[in-house]
Amino acid sequence: MGFKKKDGLAGLLFLLPSLAGVLVFVLLPFGDVVRRSFQEAMSGAFVGLRNYQMVLSNGAFQLAAGNTLRFMGVCMPLLILLSLLVAVLLHSRMERAGMLKITFLLPMAIPVASVVLLWRAVFHRDGFLSLLAEALGGQRVDWMNSHWAFWVLVFSYIWKNLGYDMVLWLAGLSGIPSTVYEAAQVDGAGPMTIFRRITLPGLLPSLYTITVLSFLNSFKVFREAYLVAGDYPHTSMYLLQHLFNNWFRELSMDKLAAAAVLVAAVILVLILLLRRAWDEGEEG
Amino acid sequence: MKKRFRKISGCSAPALRGRKRGITGGLGIRRQQAQKGDTPLKYARFWDTAKKYFREVKRVKKSLLPLVFPGILALFVWLPLVFLISGSLMGSEELTENLAPVLGSAAGQVQWTLLPRYPTLRPYVELLLDSPEFFVMFWNSVKITALTLLGQLAVGAPAAWGFAWFRFPGKKLLLTLYIVLMLMPFQVTMVSSYLVLNGLSLLDTHWAVILPGVFSTFPVFIMTRFFQGIPKGVLESAALDGAGHLRIFFTMGLPLGAPGVMSAMVLSFLECWNLIEQPMTFLTTPSLWPLSLYLPNIGPGQAGLALAASVATLVPAVLVFLWGQKDLERGIIAASVKE
Repeated sequence: MGFKKKDGLAGLLFLLPSLAGVLVFVLLPFGDVVRRSFQEAMSGAFVGLRNYQMVLSNGAFQLAAGNTLRFMGVCMPLLILLSLLVAVLLHSRMERAGMLKITFLLPMAIPVASVVLLWRAVFHRDGFLSLLAEALGGQRVDWMNSHWAFWVLVFSYIWKNLGYDMVLWLAGLSGIPSTVYEAAQVDGAGPMTIFRRITLPGLLPSLYTITVLSFLNSFKVFREAYLVAGDYPHTSMYLLQHLFNNWFRELSMDKLAAAAVLVAAVILVLILLLRRAWDEGEEG
Repeated sequence: MKKRFRKISGCSAPALRGRKRGITGGLGIRRQQAQKGDTPLKYARFWDTAKKYFREVKRVKKSLLPLVFPGILALFVWLPLVFLISGSLMGSEELTENLAPVLGSAAGQVQWTLLPRYPTLRPYVELLLDSPEFFVMFWNSVKITALTLLGQLAVGAPAAWGFAWFRFPGKKLLLTLYIVLMLMPFQVTMVSSYLVLNGLSLLDTHWAVILPGVFSTFPVFIMTRFFQGIPKGVLESAALDGAGHLRIFFTMGLPLGAPGVMSAMVLSFLECWNLIEQPMTFLTTPSLWPLSLYLPNIGPGQAGLALAASVATLVPAVLVFLWGQKDLERGIIAASVKE
């Protein structure tokens, strides 16, 4: 890969400033956090796994972890399917779809803070969505303070990430050689057959990456949740991120350390799974 | 309607001809038929083109069918923007009247008109002349974003170069480490960042937000991807001519890898301009906050001001987005491809 094998030292020198910063700002302190997760917060005495037990048996943690899992379980399939549908539709008319593509990417650029007031106006009990619900024969609902809050969050996440996933799907779609499609058309395959037999299998490698990246992006939905509903939102949208924040405010470092290590471990496992998927995608 | 017809048919007639040639290229029979259709007689040709145009209009209408559903979804993006912009041009009376129930000042139901009935620039005047705190926060945002991006460029680009072009022990492990760190959400590193910033007495200064941002591994990863795409031969010949590593990096690496640097910068800009968690955790003094934290804290009585400030926050991000949209797409894709 390199153009001079023996110049490894030069490579390390290029890397050094960045690596030093990463060590000081991330790695060493995270090591400290791992150490603290086995200690009592005040005395610093070694307590083994007690902090972890405390976290896992904590009601707020169970609620937040459950909500976070449920949130991901609902919104990721929705997002992935919807973005696939949009990508396939746009891809079939790409020459006319440029504007739509930009449109779907735009929410990535819209600062969450800019839409806070709008979200409040839409999802308030006397807001626009209630107006619509009444027009359709329903009732006014306080969307943010009922079990609907969860769906508001799902909507926000999809609103923000649809374009991101769509771009990834489009990249996957354009990676399927057009000769394959032409050959299938010559053989008389209908659009549905082509989609099932060529497009879907061709997109399988993209699916892995899109799933993992969507998962990681889903942690950022906290911004919307926080800005719209504050520190203590409706219990259906009380996420791990809220819990971290509240523990941080109470300065309960022992619980926070153990929870950080737990979440880091789960995410690490997921990333390793992604790498394996990448490797398998290469073999296939 | 007539104008639209002419526009559609006018611009797509060459496209139609091109398309026909494309299809008939492989099928001899159809080509013959197509040629037979081109009668030399003038009026026959006229009718022929007219028919073609008519067919073409039908084809365009049909061809836009798949875009109907995405078009409806696109309203979810456009309507909020229309709301923000039209709202920011309403006088405070009109706005209060429209949004009173939501703002908690009266009972009833919200209402909205697509365009302001009495358009005014007063919210913007108020924002720019009577809200000194807006300027403070705006400059906080600019400062945090600019310094973070500069730092990422100064530290990240060389690191990416090191990853892309050299072999050294532990490289694979380090790159994996960078990927893992890039994918970790803020909440995981929140405590550790707090500990180190506290130790360096940087809490409640802008550096508490800037420095961890500078050493984010995400831009390094993106730039590495692009640097790896530079053809090896160019660099090898430069090395043979006796150019040093630094010279190759500055005169060839950076210019040739510029699209990657741009991608990383555009993605980082959007991230920095939108920071919420970091300033919220590490900055306790409100006068240090960036815009993204200031906005939600404008009182409900100042809805007009809040909307004008929302638009003012939105504009730089949207401009950067439109300017760097291709870079943004490339960056998203680069981050997803296996190395």
